[in-house]
Amino acid sequence: MTKYILKRLGMALLTLLIITFLLFLLVRIMPGNPFPSERMSDEQIANKRAEMGLDDPILTQFIRYMGNVLHGDFGKGTSLYNGAPIKTVLSTAISNSFRIGGMAILLGTAVGLLLGITAALNRGKFLDGFCTVFSILGVCVPSYVFLIFLQYTFSFKIPFFPYFFDNTRFAFSAVIPSISLSLFTMSTIARFTRNEMVEVFDSDYVRLAESKGMYGRDLVMKHVLRNALIPIVTVLAPLVVDLLTGALVVEKIYGINGIGKLMVDAIAGEGIDYNYVLALGILYSALYIGIMLLVDLLYGVLDPRIRVSAKGEEA
Amino acid sequence: MTKKIEQTAAPAAPYIPKKEDFVLLEHRDIHTDANFASQSYWKGVITHFFKNRRAVVGLVIITVILLLAVFGPVLNAYGYRDIVQYRNEKNKRVVAKGIAPQIPVLHRILTGEELEGNFAGYTFLFGTDDLGRDLWTRTWYGARVSLLIAFVTIIIDMIIGMSYGLISGYFGGIVDQLMQRFVEIANSVPRLVIVSVLAIFMPKGMGLVIVALLLTEWIGMSKIARAEMLKIKEQEYVLASRTLGARNGHIIFKEILPNTIGPIITQVMFSIPTAIFTEAFLSFVGVGIVLPQCSVGTLIEDGFNNITTLPYQILPPIFVLALLMLGFNFIGDGLREALAPKLEDM
Repeated sequence: MTKYILKRLGMALLTLLIITFLLFLLVRIMPGNPFPSERMSDEQIANKRAEMGLDDPILTQFIRYMGNVLHGDFGKGTSLYNGAPIKTVLSTAISNSFRIGGMAILLGTAVGLLLGITAALNRGKFLDGFCTVFSILGVCVPSYVFLIFLQYTFSFKIPFFPYFFDNTRFAFSAVIPSISLSLFTMSTIARFTRNEMVEVFDSDYVRLAESKGMYGRDLVMKHVLRNALIPIVTVLAPLVVDLLTGALVVEKIYGINGIGKLMVDAIAGEGIDYNYVLALGILYSALYIGIMLLVDLLYGVLDPRIRVSAKGEEA
Repeated sequence: MTKKIEQTAAPAAPYIPKKEDFVLLEHRDIHTDANFASQSYWKGVITHFFKNRRAVVGLVIITVILLLAVFGPVLNAYGYRDIVQYRNEKNKRVVAKGIAPQIPVLHRILTGEELEGNFAGYTFLFGTDDLGRDLWTRTWYGARVSLLIAFVTIIIDMIIGMSYGLISGYFGGIVDQLMQRFVEIANSVPRLVIVSVLAIFMPKGMGLVIVALLLTEWIGMSKIARAEMLKIKEQEYVLASRTLGARNGHIIFKEILPNTIGPIITQVMFSIPTAIFTEAFLSFVGVGIVLPQCSVGTLIEDGFNNITTLPYQILPPIFVLALLMLGFNFIGDGLREALAPKLEDM
């Protein structure tokens, strides 16, 4: 198992390194001048370039940059936030995004599981139909549309929640974005849980468990849910990643200073801020690869068969 | 022993069948057995597909939206960038800014009164936006743009992904290893990062959306094509073809490709809504379609910007987006079930 984990970890780090290098390369070969040239003489620019090490071979530059990144130093923005260090801007953004995203994932998974289980236990009844309609709706309508509606109804028509995100009242103003972000996760999890559980209920081993006298909660928790959970974990990973993408628009609409809004500001504003694009690109890739890795490992924990086959591969 | 048998057999009177014996019993569910074995593969798929209520609903939704996207703007007198206006007696421009949906005839029938306002005689099914453009035209025009982007990119992605997956699966060995490593790395780049890097190199607009989709959507197709290839390539007819001297290209694209097309089409049906979603998202963020062009995404953004003053404006594009997602997902589900029917559905 340890060998398996190490192997996956190594692969993930290598992939991340390759992606980071490509990103670095792409951003560096961009035409354009990092300095406002009309205010500086050619000599000054040359000095400045030498000082910042822009004339070094690209590999040297990359290694230096990576060294800084590992210390949390992403350099400074070229146009955003008046060139404030990216580190400080990014740390607040990450904290905002992660808290809201985390709440959305928790809410979505918990409610989604509950809905799915209820639907599977009441197969063919009203609750099942309700769950189906709900999950179809949640998958077909983007999260920002839910946000717009919640914002319009509960912040504008009935001014209960703040219309824009307010960092001083975090918990209160995080309600609307978290709910709207969670709906996609919720509906997907609900649909998957329901289908998986229905399938497991029809399986031979559940019939065996029933025939030996098991019923009720024991049966559902021990036999059905655990086996149904395995495929659910695999859908959770892309869901978390989708959440990141969805959060982009939600953060923009609700005015949350998160990584999504930073990304939008960096690429969709007047001038593109290359350093932010680079830093956020690395961050997003790291997150994405990290989540995929985590899910792979979690999969192994939940399903012993996969652990075994992974061992077999190594042997 | 023989004696005993003779004794029991002899005395019974011969049974004379009555007419009632040949009448069907009532209330018995008798129907013709649909035998799929005698159908060709595609005929069977179609039969299954149309038996699926959801799939048919999806097909109807998509057909209606497609028709409206093609003919909707023509049904109206206004172009997608025309501002509805006229000059009044004092030669002043009167612009139909921010008019809620109105149908004069229906209004008269329902309330018995005439509409009021400068544009009382005009029909605006979806209303007009803050600049005075007709939203019916704009909505369907936007749907047309979104669908066009989705179809074009997904078809190109299908060709790329299919060829990539089939080649990788067919040759196996070191070729497969290298090609799959590449896919793994390409798959670990989040779409957002690809878009942001593209935004550096390309002007914002339709081109950026198309390239972004081209770079990401082929991966799923290639995986499916490869899996199908691995399933099929060991079959006898492939061996037969090779024995007859067929070249690799012929075997891959002429012999095997037609047999993998089902799952790939299903994947296409699921990719189209993803493409529409991505387009809407990019346009909303501001790196997609540029004004005065419009797509579903920009329409939703417009609607959002005016939501406090013109709340109805956001509804049509949202409904179109949701119905497109719904329709394509239903069709995809239906196709998947029709292509690989379970025994109990027979």
